[in-house]
Amino acid sequence: MSTTTVMQERDIKQRTFIQNVFKALGKTGTYAFLLIMALIILFPFYWMIISSLKTLPEYRQAIPTFWPREIMWGNYSEAFKTANLGDLFMNTLYVGVVSTLVSLVITVLSAFAFARLEFKGKETLFGALLATMMIPGELFTITNYITVNQLNWMHTFTALIVPFLVSVFYIYLLRQNFMQIPNELYLAAKVDGTSDLKYLWKVMIPLALPTLISITILKMMGAWNSYIWPKLVANDPAHQMITNGLRNAFTDTTGQANYPVQMAAVAIVSAPLFLVFLFLRKYIMQGVSRSGIKG
Amino acid sequence: MKVVLENLTKIFPSRDKKAGKEVVAVNDFTFEIPDGQLVGLLGPSGCGKSTTLYMISGLQKPSSGKIYFGDDDVTELSTENRGIGLVFQNYALYPHMTVQQNILFPLQNLKGKDKLSKEEMLERAINAAKLVQIDELMDRKPSELSGGQQQRVAIARALVKMPRVLLLDEPLSNLDARLRLQTREEIRRIQKETGITTIFVTHDQEEAMSISDVIVVMKLGVVQQIGKPQDVYDDPKNLFVATFLGTPPINVLEGKVLDGKVYIGDEAVMSVDGVEDQNVYIGIRPEALEPATNGVFTCNLNNVEVMGRDASVVSSHKNSVNPVVRAIISSDIKVDTTVATVKYNIKPHKFFLFNKETEKRIYFEVKNNG
Repeated sequence: MSTTTVMQERDIKQRTFIQNVFKALGKTGTYAFLLIMALIILFPFYWMIISSLKTLPEYRQAIPTFWPREIMWGNYSEAFKTANLGDLFMNTLYVGVVSTLVSLVITVLSAFAFARLEFKGKETLFGALLATMMIPGELFTITNYITVNQLNWMHTFTALIVPFLVSVFYIYLLRQNFMQIPNELYLAAKVDGTSDLKYLWKVMIPLALPTLISITILKMMGAWNSYIWPKLVANDPAHQMITNGLRNAFTDTTGQANYPVQMAAVAIVSAPLFLVFLFLRKYIMQGVSRSGIKG
Repeated sequence: MKVVLENLTKIFPSRDKKAGKEVVAVNDFTFEIPDGQLVGLLGPSGCGKSTTLYMISGLQKPSSGKIYFGDDDVTELSTENRGIGLVFQNYALYPHMTVQQNILFPLQNLKGKDKLSKEEMLERAINAAKLVQIDELMDRKPSELSGGQQQRVAIARALVKMPRVLLLDEPLSNLDARLRLQTREEIRRIQKETGITTIFVTHDQEEAMSISDVIVVMKLGVVQQIGKPQDVYDDPKNLFVATFLGTPPINVLEGKVLDGKVYIGDEAVMSVDGVEDQNVYIGIRPEALEPATNGVFTCNLNNVEVMGRDASVVSSHKNSVNPVVRAIISSDIKVDTTVATVKYNIKPHKFFLFNKETEKRIYFEVKNNG
């Protein structure tokens, strides 16, 4: 046995030790960084919650307190009443649910057509659709506004729902998903006696379910967060969406804004999204990260 | 149910318009498959065997020709109305359904008078599962099954609606060697038990020969020969069929016929009657070569491979088309490996002559050996 090729036992111990030290250092660094980033992100939420529980005088103190001296749960019920949150929730929910459902049907059918069916000009049509993704959404606002105005859809739910029913990004996302399903399954289903529609319903949709859930969540979040478009076309009390309602409820008064109550309203409005994200983040991340882009 | 193919032709248009060359995948295939037989479509890849199967299934439309099931013309009938079962090469099980749901699926799609009650469906699914011996696995997902088990599920799914014709596309190619042997016997057993006319596609001649009642050898879309496996092996119509069937493959040598004698190089190896003088290809099955000190055919001896029951004498000859000339003999026969050459006698019934240009078989009568 030659001495040059045999690693001494002492050597191995030393190397193991050094390796472990580096591992520990690396882990400490990673977690420290993650902790700092988490604090930066969570702090505004923390501030929102404690502010919403303070009295107005405490909120106005020059040196802010990090924990309310007197916890004002009443701010929440007051916020609910002042901002008329009940109606706003219902309006937003209505727009969100209807647009999500219709949009899902359109997305599934067109993704199926682009993934599975053979028709003339398929590639060209799909290319044209993809090209529309190049145009920033803000540009559509003007043309959409003119269209909606001409159709006399101003101040209706239709104006809030229809312009966003078709999303090229979602069609693209689902088409890619459908195309990964092997062609043999389609042929097998034909042999087993299914129609195209039944195959779509029984095989493709169950297999693409994670993507469909992501699309649902993203679409609902979109409805919840939309601000500019609802403000332009349907900012009347009967059709007001949650973001606009929230903004108007507290600025239209005489300037004596009750900030803790406003914060309470914001907290109420954020809660559903926060919960959705907490419980379904697996699907959201899947949907957005799989394609690498978000339109 | 007999299946009749009549002048079946499939032409694929060329993908590239400028090249303008269309591909004839299946050319004028006429054949009648008797009821209850197991037929193997055999050929190298690209010979049109899968296309034929897909046309019988209705997944592809023939360019011309007709397909009959019994007396019904099904050429224009769509797949779902043909009443066939098809097992795909990769099984194509529905990954989100359990074994039971997979087998039930074809039954749930039955309409009109064929519609079954829930209990009937379940009973038939269980019967199908029992037939392929997977009734223990009904609640598993396909991903939790081995390749052989998935294969059985696919067969059960194809059989459950009692198809008129069962089609199998390379059913054994995804299995390991031992499982392949077992499964092919299984397929034979199931086919015998159900009596369903079965057509299967394979590129493995051993597989086709071992279980088929009839084999169809195809090449480049053209049927070369149809017959019982042993008949096709013993009596090939052309050089392609002779070389495609048999492991190890037939020995092919260049030679000539002169004055009623067949010559390989300078040696006259066989006296034949009724053949004109010409250059020929000579095909000799490995089992037709017998080493003998007074043999008529001399080769350079390379080595002897012993494989248990058999031994393979590997030799070479300058006229051989293959790299080696191989003889299969019983391993009891000892061959002297110290000498440079080996002499063979040739069994005349496994000795074939083929035309040099057309590669068609030249029939002859043996006068006497040597």
